[in-house]
Amino acid sequence: MSKMVGFIFFVAIFMLCFLPPYLEADDISVHGFLQGNYSADLDRSNPDGGDFKWAEERVQLKLDANKEAFHLFLKTDAFYDHVEEEAETELREGYSDFTTSKWDLRIGRQVITWGLGDLIFINDIFPKDYEAFFSGRPMEYLKKGVDGIKIGMYPSFVSTELVIIPFFEPNVYPQDNSFYMFAPMPTVANRVEEEPKSKVDNTEIALRLYRDAAGFDGSLYFYRGFFRQPSMLPDSMSAPSRIVLFYSVLSVYGASIQGRLLDGIMSLEGGYYDSRQDRDGTEPMTPNSQTRFLVGYQRQIWEDFTMAFQYYGEYMSDYSGYEKNLPSGFPKERKLHDIFTVRLTQFLRHQTLRLSFFSFWSLSDGDYMLVPEIKYNFSDHVWAAVGANVFGSGEDWSQFGQLDKNDNIYLQLRYEF
Amino acid sequence: MIKNFSVLCVLMSVLCLMSFHAFALTGEEVVKKSQEAFFYQGKDFKARVIMKLISKGGQERTRELTMLRKNFGELGGEQKFFMYFFQPADVKDMTFMVYKYPAKDDDRWLFVPAINMVRRIAAQDKRSSFVGSDFTYEDVSGRDVEDDTHTIVKEEKVGASPAPSGAGASDCYVIKSVPKAADVDYSYKISWIDKGNFLPLKEEYYDRRGELYRAFTADEIKTIKGFPTVTKRIMKNLQNGHMTETVFTKADYNIGIEDSLFSERFLKAPPRKWIE
Repeated sequence: MSKMVGFIFFVAIFMLCFLPPYLEADDISVHGFLQGNYSADLDRSNPDGGDFKWAEERVQLKLDANKEAFHLFLKTDAFYDHVEEEAETELREGYSDFTTSKWDLRIGRQVITWGLGDLIFINDIFPKDYEAFFSGRPMEYLKKGVDGIKIGMYPSFVSTELVIIPFFEPNVYPQDNSFYMFAPMPTVANRVEEEPKSKVDNTEIALRLYRDAAGFDGSLYFYRGFFRQPSMLPDSMSAPSRIVLFYSVLSVYGASIQGRLLDGIMSLEGGYYDSRQDRDGTEPMTPNSQTRFLVGYQRQIWEDFTMAFQYYGEYMSDYSGYEKNLPSGFPKERKLHDIFTVRLTQFLRHQTLRLSFFSFWSLSDGDYMLVPEIKYNFSDHVWAAVGANVFGSGEDWSQFGQLDKNDNIYLQLRYEF
Repeated sequence: MIKNFSVLCVLMSVLCLMSFHAFALTGEEVVKKSQEAFFYQGKDFKARVIMKLISKGGQERTRELTMLRKNFGELGGEQKFFMYFFQPADVKDMTFMVYKYPAKDDDRWLFVPAINMVRRIAAQDKRSSFVGSDFTYEDVSGRDVEDDTHTIVKEEKVGASPAPSGAGASDCYVIKSVPKAADVDYSYKISWIDKGNFLPLKEEYYDRRGELYRAFTADEIKTIKGFPTVTKRIMKNLQNGHMTETVFTKADYNIGIEDSLFSERFLKAPPRKWIE
């Protein structure tokens, strides 16, 4: 615990060092929270013998400062991780805004969320932390910031967001010391991860154009960059001794529309994932191109009770090329991988008690993930959530089936100020 | 002669009736004027809203937000609302936008700052609680006049305190409003509407058994830029003992809110000049 105090002190000093240039700001505010977050195994102990997927105490400080057209925002976390037994700090977000009436600019580490999916991402090509999601951490930790520049332009006919990301940031996946997962070529211990180098050619570009279209919110998306999930490249297919984990090049072309329909909200989203390194689907270790699509519908059934459904599919292009070139021993993905999701939310006691249930059901792979949760706001400052992540069925390599042995129950307890 | 006299009498009475109709308001007209006074005054409106949710046991929760409203089209027509939350801490910096249309469901958007995401939210039930308070969305932004049948039951004076001058009781129309649809949570509502400024000073909601279960009072009225404005109001739920007190501070009218404020851009980055 003394380590924890040390890191809180460190963060306080860090914030104080950042403050002086903004002492003349029009207004400065500091908010944040203290949090305990624990996730215990329900099924069996972790591969490394531990019984917790996650266990931490955390403090977050958010600093806002404004000076005329400028705005500074810093969100810094310090935490003590009981699983790794270490204290750390993390700059979750840190950016500066410049705003005019016609355009604006945001430079720095920032979280960006695009697209209409609820826990399903097509045109949101920004990095995610799936370890956080599967470990029962608060939802905001599913999203990771990108280090980049966002330029917004707002002529009357269409609004534009252009994001330039010079520094590649991969997704975070569960660690094999705490999660049981499918691992192809498990005997090869020599694994090297190669992230795209930061150079002009590798700079990621993401563009979103959006406007109102007859009462519907319409968006067009474009992305040029990389898959954020690594592909495996063994030095030899028959007798591999070394595996390189690399991030293959990707472009995405997408669109979405959302609006009121049939007494609820209807969402449609689609995207074509152009796997530029493997356009004919013949490279076995590089993802094939895909068409991804989503249909969503949500509706309030009675006061404070909402139901939401989504149907999501990934349709693989050049499937025959994939089948022909897939090395033996590797699981064969289906041409169409589809998922149905259900979300039920009921608020009670003047919206201070929330009962929610989220579930993924894969129709093609037969696996599922269930997330029941109860959240209660004890006061305007203190809330707690208790929930579970339950995985199962399907196959030992499928998205949720491979997580079958990782069921966990979690607690999130937070004091916000 | 007698024949002419009777014609004259008929003419006179018709004229009398016509003039009576020209000067007396119907229940529907009173409610329409009241809606205009209560929800549509000025071209636009801004207030810092502090809501205290008080349970039967006395536990208090606070919701604090800036509410901006702009009228589009005629009185009783389309309006847009923009809300920025200061409190409670777990919703700080959250923004909420409503496009309100007469005789049609609202469009509602919510911005969740922790993940920088704008979401549309399902909104077909305007009788739902607003942020967990005893006020419904309709209490905050108005109910379509055509949704109820309104009749003037009587006229009477209502207590001294709410009048702008702080003195004397106000002459009120007492209106009974009966929802035309069957699935509304109240079977009828009695409103006391000030004959002078048309603000509702008191409202009582009766359930299906005819019992009073929900009561509204306007507890403070101030005149701001010439517009009488209810700056403190209370809604009590008499069934569960819960109540919500809403106070408007920094209320102002005709401040020149741009149309562009009501957009995803500013939902994600609310301009300080409007929310402070």
